[in-house]
Amino acid sequence: MHLHKYEKIWLTFGIGSLVIFLVVLAFGAFWQGTHPQSHGVTIDPENIEANDAFKPENLGITKVSDDKYIVNIVATAFNYNLGVDEEGKPVKDIRIPKGSTVLFQVTTKDVVHGFNVAGTNINMMVEPGYISSYETVLDNTGEFTIVCNEYCGVGHHLMFATVEVYE
Amino acid sequence: MLLEKIAEPNEESRLPLTISKQESRLYMSFMYVAFISLFIGGMMGLLQTLVRSGTITLPWGIDYYQVLTLHGVILALVLTTYFIIGFQFSLMGKTVGISQKQHKAAWLSFWVMVVGTIMTAITILLGKANVLYTFYAPLKAHPAFYIGLALVIIGSWIAGIVNFRQLYVWKKKHPGEKSPLLAFMVTINMLMWIIASIGVAVAVIVQFIPWSLGYAETINVLVSRTLFWYFGHPLVYFWLLPAYMAWYAIIPKIIGGKLFSDSLARLAFILLLFFSIPVGFHHQLTEPGIDPTWKFIQVVLTFMVVIPSLMTAFSIFATFEITGRRKGFKGLYGWFKHLPWKDVRFLAPMIGMLAFIPGGAGGIINASHQMNAVVHNTIWVTGHFHITAATTVVLTFFGITYWLIPHLTGRTLTKSINRLGIIQAIIWTVGMTIMSGAMHIQGLLGGPRRSSYSEYGGTEQASEWIWYQIAQAVGGSILFIGILLMVFIFIKLTFFAPKGEEEFPIAEEEEDATPTPMFLENWKLWIAITIALILFAYTIPFVDIIQNSPPGSPPFDWPIGNS
Amino acid sequence: MGNVQERKTKSDTEKNEPDLKGTFISVMLVGVFLIVSWVGIYTLFMVR
Repeated sequence: MHLHKYEKIWLTFGIGSLVIFLVVLAFGAFWQGTHPQSHGVTIDPENIEANDAFKPENLGITKVSDDKYIVNIVATAFNYNLGVDEEGKPVKDIRIPKGSTVLFQVTTKDVVHGFNVAGTNINMMVEPGYISSYETVLDNTGEFTIVCNEYCGVGHHLMFATVEVYE
Repeated sequence: MLLEKIAEPNEESRLPLTISKQESRLYMSFMYVAFISLFIGGMMGLLQTLVRSGTITLPWGIDYYQVLTLHGVILALVLTTYFIIGFQFSLMGKTVGISQKQHKAAWLSFWVMVVGTIMTAITILLGKANVLYTFYAPLKAHPAFYIGLALVIIGSWIAGIVNFRQLYVWKKKHPGEKSPLLAFMVTINMLMWIIASIGVAVAVIVQFIPWSLGYAETINVLVSRTLFWYFGHPLVYFWLLPAYMAWYAIIPKIIGGKLFSDSLARLAFILLLFFSIPVGFHHQLTEPGIDPTWKFIQVVLTFMVVIPSLMTAFSIFATFEITGRRKGFKGLYGWFKHLPWKDVRFLAPMIGMLAFIPGGAGGIINASHQMNAVVHNTIWVTGHFHITAATTVVLTFFGITYWLIPHLTGRTLTKSINRLGIIQAIIWTVGMTIMSGAMHIQGLLGGPRRSSYSEYGGTEQASEWIWYQIAQAVGGSILFIGILLMVFIFIKLTFFAPKGEEEFPIAEEEEDATPTPMFLENWKLWIAITIALILFAYTIPFVDIIQNSPPGSPPFDWPIGNS
Repeated sequence: MGNVQERKTKSDTEKNEPDLKGTFISVMLVGVFLIVSWVGIYTLFMVR
């Protein structure tokens, strides 16, 4: 099998680029811990309250320490449950100061959902039986829409909330 | 156009065979279904873009997601599978021939697929299967949806087995000879298809059908998804490989050249067989239940599948340059300027090839492990497969249509149809650039895919997205005009074009080409390596998924409007 | 002997190595495009 000399250069260059991409990705994933979310933590979808994080009083945003927060969310068709405010109304918007470290924990009671804080890297599949979680530092201010980005039924596009990151 | 007498067979085994009337009917039957699907599926696509732009609402209680399910199933599964199987049968018929018995079995595959397609289509049309073409559990469609899908897959297996038999019989008759290149490529594609679709067949037959009928109470969601994506990525290569067949072995003939390298073409196809399947996790990168190290291993394997495409890019440009230089066009790019741009059999696939440059770049990005979070399930992904499947693959298929249909119906591609075809290709390019471009940008801004029109409570981001959705409706409308034109051209080539003989272009090797090494025909070894790679990539993570399974999920039908 | 061998290799190469400068530049442009797109999205990943 004969390879033209230019083809050899081209393939070396092409494969070399792919290798560099992979090294960059591997460095980020294995050394800096930027793997996509994969914790394999399971939960009984019919009894999520057995897990403390998803008890009704723990839903929504909780301040853990000065600049650390946890946000627990239960997804159901077609709603994100972020807990209730003082007046007992469902929370739809959460506010977090810039620079905070935030752990998002999401699970579903019914079908598969998506969880994407649009315009950020917080983008997870939410599947029955698993807890999806992602910890990140929110460095960019603004109002971000949380959207369900995996089809969950005829009201899929009505499933949303917002996160506001303020100075 | 280009009436060419079939050369006198001086070396009988090498030359293309003639396709009989009886065979033509078989191949055309697949094409009829393909083009009916194009029309219906395209109409659904138009409706989606219009709904998403906020300009219309669907009448008579039709749901957006019903339209979306129909669009996905009928274009991604029906159009592609029928066109590919019909085209591949014609390639086999032309290069290795088909016996009476094989011919009958081929009809059986057609009818099994048709019964399955009709079952699935009716279930969707009755609104009982608004689960989209990926039918993720635990959303539950009517059992007929799954049974229909299983029949389509089984029908396609019969077609694959016929193809294997065709090559086998030919090889028995031609001991020691290398198989014709196109027959070799078809066999690779059907091998990959059968090995891959076993995954989705197991999911459908073992998991979905008993569960949807109520015989099984729960379903293991992650297992079903993993089996689906074990099939889902090779599925896209099952679409792409027939396009590669045309690029490697048909386009050179159309531009008046020869094969660049028979052995490199075969090598590329073998690599595609190896690395198309053990890569499904790159569709599941943001899922909670799969070990990240195994995700990364499959990312590496995914990058391997880029290599045969790099080889293909070189081969294609080289074919063009060698042909052009031989015709006497000088300079660095003389050969490029003088390509037959006015021959639609070349132009349409050529645009398809160029579209694969951004398409391939997007694919590498999507598969880049943690980077996938930037684009996962945003409408960028929809933009990606509209530029790959719906442009690269589809425009190449259109390019094939212009000569294959008249060849089969005993008609010719006239100058005026050729002109219409060129207009069609340009309309497609403009429409797709606008639509897919807008999807890519909106996706980077976070806009989700698979979603009906929504203002998301009036957030600022959502108000930005809407402009891109309007652009998608503009592109979608232009594309629909392209579809109408293509269906018109298909009808013309089938029933009305002047009688005559249209060439079935198959490129030949150079007279002094270096001989193809025989080890490339070592089928048993290729299959063994393919299976070994699959076992390597999947065994440990799959056992891990099963051992650490949460409780299974009961069926949910109310979210899709059935209860 | 060595000389003959060398000449043979050279003429072989000439026969089998068509002029593919245009091809080479084209594929390298494709490669540059791949890299630029990838680095672009990678940057987006890093700043988000």
